[in-house]
Amino acid sequence: MPEYKLKVNGKTVSVNVDADTPLLWVLRDELDMVGTKFGCGIAQCGACTVHLGDDAIRSCSLPVSSAVGESITTIEGLSKDGTHPVQEAWKEIDVPQCGYCQAGQMMTASAFLKQNPNPSREEIREAMHGNICRCASYNRIEKAVETAAKNS
Amino acid sequence: MKSQNNSLQFSRRNFLRTSALAGGGILIGFNLFNACTPEAKPPVDISKLNFNDFNAFIKISDEGYVTIFSPNPEIGQGVKTSMPMIIAEELNVSWDKVNVAQGILDQKNYQRQVAGGSQSIRFGWDALRQTGATARQMLVNAAAAKWGVDASTCSAVDGVITNANGDKLGYGDVVKEAAALEVPENVKLKDPSEYTIIGQDIVNVDIEKITTGKPLFGLDYKEEGMVYAAVLRPPAFGQKLKSFDDSKARAVNGVIDVVRIGDKLANLSGQVNFTRVVDKVAVIATSTWAAMKGKKALVAEWEHSKALEGTEKHDRELMKILDGKKFDVRREDGNVKKAFAQADKVIERTYESPFLPHNCMEPMNFFANVTADKVHLVGPIQTPAWAAGLVAGALKRKPEEIHLEMTRMGGGFGRRLYGDFVLEAAEISDKIKKPVKVVFSREDDMAAGTYRPAIKYRIAASIKDGKITGYHLKEAAINSNMYGLIPNFFPAGCIPNYKVSTASYQSDMTTGAWRAPYTNFLGFAEQSFFAELADELGKDHPQLLIELLQNVKGTTDERIQYSGQRMEDTIKLAVQKSNWGKTSSGTSQGFAAYYSHNTHVAEVADIEMVDGSPKIKKVTVAVDCGIVVNPSGARNQVEGGVIDGIGHAMYGDYQFKDGKPVATNFDRYRLIRMMETPQVEVHFVQNTQTPTGLGEPGLPPAGGAVANAIKAATGQRLMNQPFINELDKARSKVLG
Repeated sequence: MPEYKLKVNGKTVSVNVDADTPLLWVLRDELDMVGTKFGCGIAQCGACTVHLGDDAIRSCSLPVSSAVGESITTIEGLSKDGTHPVQEAWKEIDVPQCGYCQAGQMMTASAFLKQNPNPSREEIREAMHGNICRCASYNRIEKAVETAAKNS
Repeated sequence: MKSQNNSLQFSRRNFLRTSALAGGGILIGFNLFNACTPEAKPPVDISKLNFNDFNAFIKISDEGYVTIFSPNPEIGQGVKTSMPMIIAEELNVSWDKVNVAQGILDQKNYQRQVAGGSQSIRFGWDALRQTGATARQMLVNAAAAKWGVDASTCSAVDGVITNANGDKLGYGDVVKEAAALEVPENVKLKDPSEYTIIGQDIVNVDIEKITTGKPLFGLDYKEEGMVYAAVLRPPAFGQKLKSFDDSKARAVNGVIDVVRIGDKLANLSGQVNFTRVVDKVAVIATSTWAAMKGKKALVAEWEHSKALEGTEKHDRELMKILDGKKFDVRREDGNVKKAFAQADKVIERTYESPFLPHNCMEPMNFFANVTADKVHLVGPIQTPAWAAGLVAGALKRKPEEIHLEMTRMGGGFGRRLYGDFVLEAAEISDKIKKPVKVVFSREDDMAAGTYRPAIKYRIAASIKDGKITGYHLKEAAINSNMYGLIPNFFPAGCIPNYKVSTASYQSDMTTGAWRAPYTNFLGFAEQSFFAELADELGKDHPQLLIELLQNVKGTTDERIQYSGQRMEDTIKLAVQKSNWGKTSSGTSQGFAAYYSHNTHVAEVADIEMVDGSPKIKKVTVAVDCGIVVNPSGARNQVEGGVIDGIGHAMYGDYQFKDGKPVATNFDRYRLIRMMETPQVEVHFVQNTQTPTGLGEPGLPPAGGAVANAIKAATGQRLMNQPFINELDKARSKVLG
């Protein structure tokens, strides 16, 4: 199997996997970083969202070979100590129910706020529309993104 | 009305035991559900018990830190936070000194270690409080003995005991002595007015782990040497495996084995649905991706002996039932036939719902390591005891050899009540002699469901002299019918001639509990019907309900557990908070009230028409769940339940063709998303009644409130779910 060198959360790591292996499974199975979640495998639910550079992308549908040379950020690397404004807002609003989708929600929210630091409610709802929360904690996600925007 | 407080009584000595820990501190064991279920049999001789007899523990360290092992599975309903809160309240410790850990499955003597039916808090209320209070009293007694004073002159606040002279001792200073004391009986419980933790917004105890991506869920669990399995199951319900060729699968990089499973399950006949457990092929690999790729490379042939079922057939069969006469009568008051014959008018409506998959965000998965001396199981399961029993039966192992650890669950909704995936993991590990994790893809998860059964209701009511004199509800459902006390919910006891009849069609489809089983659709059907009755009678919907509820007040019928007074108060709170009937132009409102899982709920939906489509702006909810243990968690459950109810009522559509589901992933199966969600405003009825559950009761009225608002806005009455299909039909008619 070929070797790939990846830049994950500021560190360079190398993995030996097939070229078509999605970044999601490289993170979870090879690098033991399980914060990024598997939800649908076809980029529909957003549970696997990570940052590639500044962009929020679906790691379940990105082959590892396409991630080489890019700076990858996962929930584990969103901040050093869990104090990114989005993480703080998620705690303040007490967002999660089961919590499974929330890493993906936070990665979408943090990339969005970088591009649009002062969003309207409607812009927040549009930006978060791609991430499914089966527990339907949507009201709180909306409030938490708004809170994060205010606090950053 | 029968009291909601089923005051679960027990003797202290039967369930509490303390032990000094070798590493310092005290461990208090209690058997939560043995202690509080009415049918529980207390152990005969307390001196012969050991800690295996308990399913929940409090550990107090020498430093005064408290660890509470929460006994019940956490599926997102919040019990891992709220159950320990109740113990901490009576223990008198400050919440920041409390650490919460998930308790493991205790194989002996438990009664209920289950997440389901919104019952964890209701059943746990007395036992959790008594446990905390007993531990507190023992610590106070130990301090009093040390000081040589009477314990009644001492008090405990925030983990510090103070005597009349002002001397102070921390819990950690007296734990060793406390562990050696007799367990006191008849300890005093707090009055709700004294609560300092119950009633406060306490943040989810796993919040740090969730927000930083720490391993927490079943899918995150790993062990050295663990391999992964993807399982090929029959693609259509009613099919069996004829043959398979695994040569291409074995050629996939990382695939290490392919095994046929399901053959050890013959001895489980009657306990599990065979279409779900027999005849499967598992691909074992060194990574999840390789296992999934290997599974796709399998070439299998399937066979069936009779015609495969589809949605059209199910619809026909259920309609045939409703039009026929073969029903079980589940409750009958008065004489419905006579009331209908003498009526001025009879209104009859039919409501139809499809199957629904659960779609937990975390797909089904489980870890198993079957070795000569034990069976180690780890993962997300709502019914750990039942699953462990299935595994013991299938592998012919002794129950005490099964060690099951529960992880946090990425949703449950009823799907994780069924241990089919636990069996799969155990059987594969037993075959390949390795620790293994079974992982479902989303397609596997959706296609191998235990679906909410498709159900049709036909409701008829008779009106005489402006009054509702008769009510007949008929249920036609796939596989099984409404359970327990549901036939005795509203309007039982409110209408003199009342009847509930049920019948089912036995299908190849596997069905099961889905968040608020039966009532998830019945709530909509019934409250849509009452809105129409109110229109017919020229009355306001909530007012009609309140009038009817007067008839059930003071009932001595023990099967009726909802309260006329509490329902009335809940309805009035929703009416007041929603500005019912007084909204601005452009906004239309719909009402629904429903009692389920021992909780009374009333909801008002506000909608606006935007480009000819209803946009749900806001839902105002009034809830009577007794004492609200954790308001933040409680609101979260209700907000989620309402939006979940609306989402599935609007969009949930699960069809079958030739035995196969038409949709198997989120590209073709629609779940509600952010832009479709209303703001949900939750108000609790303030009282000091025993707390009841909230995982489910917010859901059943939601679809009805929305449908009634759509009627108010458009004149169109929605009878069938999902609404989106009905609305599309109406729109295409208008557009011609």
